[in-house]
Amino acid sequence: MPARSPYLPYLLIAPSILFLAVFFLWPFAQTVVMAFTVDGQTSTGNFARMAADLNFWPAMGNTFALVIVVVPLQVALALTMAVMIQKMTTGRDIVLWIWTIPLGISDLAAGLAWLAILSNNGYFNTVLFHLGIISGPTGWLSYETPLTLFFAVVVAEVWRATALVFVILVAGLQLIPKEYAEAAEVFGASPWQRFRHVTLPLLKPSLQSALILRTVLAFEVFAVAYALGGRNIPILVGEAYTWMNANQNTGVAAAYAGVVLLVSLASTIVWLRVIRVRREHLP
Amino acid sequence: MADIQIDRIVKAFGTVVALEEVRLDVPDGEFLALLGPSGCGKTTLLRIIAGLETQTSGRVRIGGRDVSDLPPRRRALAMVFQNYAVFPHMTVAENIGFGLRMRGDDAATVRAAVGRAAELLKMTPYLDRYPSKLSGGQRQRVAVARALAVEPAVLLMDEPLSNLDALLRLEMRAELKAVLREAGTTTLYVTHDQTEAMGLADRIAVMEKGRIVQIDRPAALYRHPRTRFVGGFVGTPPMNFIPVVAAGGRAMIGPLAVQAPVRDGPVLMGVRAEDLDLTDDDGAAPLMVRVTEPMGSHLLVTGEAAGVTVRAMAPADADLPAGRPVGFRPRPERVVWMDPESGQALEMRA
Repeated sequence: MPARSPYLPYLLIAPSILFLAVFFLWPFAQTVVMAFTVDGQTSTGNFARMAADLNFWPAMGNTFALVIVVVPLQVALALTMAVMIQKMTTGRDIVLWIWTIPLGISDLAAGLAWLAILSNNGYFNTVLFHLGIISGPTGWLSYETPLTLFFAVVVAEVWRATALVFVILVAGLQLIPKEYAEAAEVFGASPWQRFRHVTLPLLKPSLQSALILRTVLAFEVFAVAYALGGRNIPILVGEAYTWMNANQNTGVAAAYAGVVLLVSLASTIVWLRVIRVRREHLP
Repeated sequence: MADIQIDRIVKAFGTVVALEEVRLDVPDGEFLALLGPSGCGKTTLLRIIAGLETQTSGRVRIGGRDVSDLPPRRRALAMVFQNYAVFPHMTVAENIGFGLRMRGDDAATVRAAVGRAAELLKMTPYLDRYPSKLSGGQRQRVAVARALAVEPAVLLMDEPLSNLDALLRLEMRAELKAVLREAGTTTLYVTHDQTEAMGLADRIAVMEKGRIVQIDRPAALYRHPRTRFVGGFVGTPPMNFIPVVAAGGRAMIGPLAVQAPVRDGPVLMGVRAEDLDLTDDDGAAPLMVRVTEPMGSHLLVTGEAAGVTVRAMAPADADLPAGRPVGFRPRPERVVWMDPESGQALEMRA
């Protein structure tokens, strides 16, 4: 074999570095510059304007509320589903396939599908009407019904993105050697004790990855909320979109993007601290 | 403290029968080894006793109690796994105390039992360590301590030493024997290593293809294998099987006449390497030496006689180069006779 050049590894990762630089780092730097520029002058004016905007605090509140409700719900659901599927012997693959279908659907398409279900004349109301629960078209998604709109977004998000957490946890569960569960079983652990004292601690790394990924993505929630409620439910990324397109103000849009970035970073740090993964405590 | 009764256990995986009506009684306090090659069903049998696998039919009784349909945690037993299965996220002390904590013993009781078990297995200095900081041998000590801490009625061990290197295995073997004798726990020990089984067990059950072919004390098993398989599997080197044909109650190997167990027909003479006396006298059976291996204490001679490979032992300083013809005489009282068709031992006719 010919001697390897010491430059080879750098050469091999160069394309991906170049790709990241052109399509990620450069736009990122530009966004930061845009956020701090007003009429060609360096300024914090965009942030002041953003904070003073009528929709800013509702958007902040809604986004946080969505994250706080959706993420724990998804993790609890995904964990239950993942543990259930571990116990299956026949038909496991089919259930796995069905449960991960939402992964392959774009978030806007998912939002539109739920819109078809939950709109005034949608499937949900048709069913309610036939059951005699409602007497005619009823709005769930208007600005007059913020609570039902909020929960419509929660339901759609849970349906759409739980599969992501689910696949990470299934992969994580499969990494845990089955001897640990067997040892726990032999030494008297009940199914719940086995889950609590053996499975859950050994699943920490996957749980941490899933929580970080899901929380960051939840702060970026947009298409589903936009499809279901438009601006009736203001959210951070939605506001950035509005400032960019409707208001043609890239500066304030960039300021919103900056806020989303900071919030995502902060949440990542929180999860790294809350769920401490110690490599030497893993198999 | 309890005995184990295994009553006609059958295990089938689809059409493959892993265990065929296995019966086995292990009296209270006995150390019994389940010995056999891989795939013989010994681990499946152990896992059925533990409750980790469900039998197709048959019953398991521990201390007179039918546990066949109980989950593992209700069977009052403990197990040591081949790859230890020591929990990586718990300290040594937490691992040893796991079984006691699960059944809800109070902290003081757990601490006392952990202390005793750790002392017994010499793990006291490591109680606060995590398993990743332990060697393989130490992890296995933790696994044994965890099993003994719950003072189980029955202890099951599944090839517990096979992941250790040779020297450590020898050391652990002796220690395990001492510790378990002291504890007096009924122990079922699965292994494919016949030296381990011989060294540790009160009795050995040899398994072949889903059946127990012989249960005996180690010495008896070695001296009187009931089948050709047992003779070949137990002991190193394996027992020699020399095909001879009896005529008028006598069989000839070259010029050597031996008394046969049947009047006429083919029989197999089973004889251990150390029970063949090598000699140069003319009346002995001829052996063509192919290889000699100095083993330190003796010389292992591999040669050919009557068309089969025959191994014999010679003094360490014997002069036996390859290609030299030599003669051998089996010690008649050490010979076992087998039916060449069935591989079953034959009784010597008086």
